[in-house]
Amino acid sequence: MRMLTFAKRNFKEIMRDPLNLCFLFGFPVVLLLLLSAIQANIPVSMFEIQHLSPGIAVFGLAFMTLFSATIIAKDRKSSFIHRLYTTPMTSADFILGYALPLIPIAIAEGVVCYIVAMILGLKISVNILLSLVFIVPIALLYIGLGLLCGSVFNDKQVGGICGALLTNLSAWLSGIWFDLDLVGGAFKKIAYMLPFVHAVDMQRAVMAGDVSAALPHLCWVLGYAVVILVAAVLLFLRQIKKQ
Amino acid sequence: MSAIIIKELTKKYKDVVAVDKLSLSIDEGELFSLLGVNGAGKTTTIKMLSCLTAPTQGDAYLLGKSILTDIPDVKSLIAVSPQETAIAAGLSVKENLELICGIHGFDKKEREKKIDELTSLLGLDSVIKRKAGKLSGGWQRRLSIAMALISEPKILFLDEPTLGLDVIARSELWDMIRALKGKVTIILTTHYMEEAEALSDRLAIMKDGKLLMCDTPSGIKEQTGEDSIEKAFIKVVRGTQE
Repeated sequence: MRMLTFAKRNFKEIMRDPLNLCFLFGFPVVLLLLLSAIQANIPVSMFEIQHLSPGIAVFGLAFMTLFSATIIAKDRKSSFIHRLYTTPMTSADFILGYALPLIPIAIAEGVVCYIVAMILGLKISVNILLSLVFIVPIALLYIGLGLLCGSVFNDKQVGGICGALLTNLSAWLSGIWFDLDLVGGAFKKIAYMLPFVHAVDMQRAVMAGDVSAALPHLCWVLGYAVVILVAAVLLFLRQIKKQ
Repeated sequence: MSAIIIKELTKKYKDVVAVDKLSLSIDEGELFSLLGVNGAGKTTTIKMLSCLTAPTQGDAYLLGKSILTDIPDVKSLIAVSPQETAIAAGLSVKENLELICGIHGFDKKEREKKIDELTSLLGLDSVIKRKAGKLSGGWQRRLSIAMALISEPKILFLDEPTLGLDVIARSELWDMIRALKGKVTIILTTHYMEEAEALSDRLAIMKDGKLLMCDTPSGIKEQTGEDSIEKAFIKVVRGTQE
């Protein structure tokens, strides 16, 4: 009950910010339209809709990190969280209350992305529904990063680190915009040691109907998600104790 | 009966002693004010009593529950209206109140009843649907206090409740605090001497974490031979410097 009430508050705070809505739904849609227009004039296999849409759906999830980090950092800065610390809310109520509302938001982002992709020519199949299911572990990864950053950085730092640095990192190292084989070498090796490209490859494999090919990538994503979530929880608890 | 018994409560931050062996007791229904200059230890005392920070030494009992060993019980007895306005800015006034009701586990019927009662007590009816972040400082402070009261706490901590408010908003808030007197034990911290004198049953003057004097407003004036709390406060605080 306490956790759900708090989760509801966080959901409302995020969804009522017009800037959040622009980033969440507007930005991926604009990217899809723009890159599809480029593809229509100068065909590039990278930007074919069945290849592009899973990448954009994953890229949109990077904003989950910004949202979760921002709301936690702002709460930490204000006295609001001190008020809540004096209530019977437990640490689990806080952590789940911050994390859970972002999962339906992440799925909604995926739904919007794939609807637009279908309008742009993505073949309608059951794989789209399956892709939405596989969005959940990726969302957990990005939400965990947000909890981590929100527990460590202040609201201004969060904007720079999650809004600029992390979004760029997850864009360049994900193979959405260019084939990592074109760069190769250390860049590709580093990219494949991080979870972002695995998240995109997983979505692409699921969209292509090859779930077995998606599973190794799922392990990478889930592995990172678990480690990051555990670290985030520990850091958040440390913050509570410190305050 | 004592609502709060504080025994040798101490808080140290590295080499700084924020609160130094504070001992006192506060009766049920009493409005007790903590006075002191910046860094006197008022807010740290409230933080310890509300289980926000653990004491380095000593203990305090709120209606018999220890702040060291009975933290969940203490939290169910108290409410805090922090120094800065503590509201969810993106929610409406009603949603803020609903949030606190939900956190305290009230069902829908109980929630509606409490919100109706409090909005009428604090005059929040006219702004009930407005976004909390868009309200003026005075309204936000009222909402913040309403959020503290909605759980029907036995002990209410008001940390600088009128800080930054204009004269009218302050006067209205005083009336509201007076209306609560006797119903709930209130611990108030303030920099405004006239506020402490007008509202309090008893005052405690703190400096450098130490309790210098504790008495009724008239008792403090009598002990210091001054005709106002402000003069008495200055005399007591300066007296320790000489």
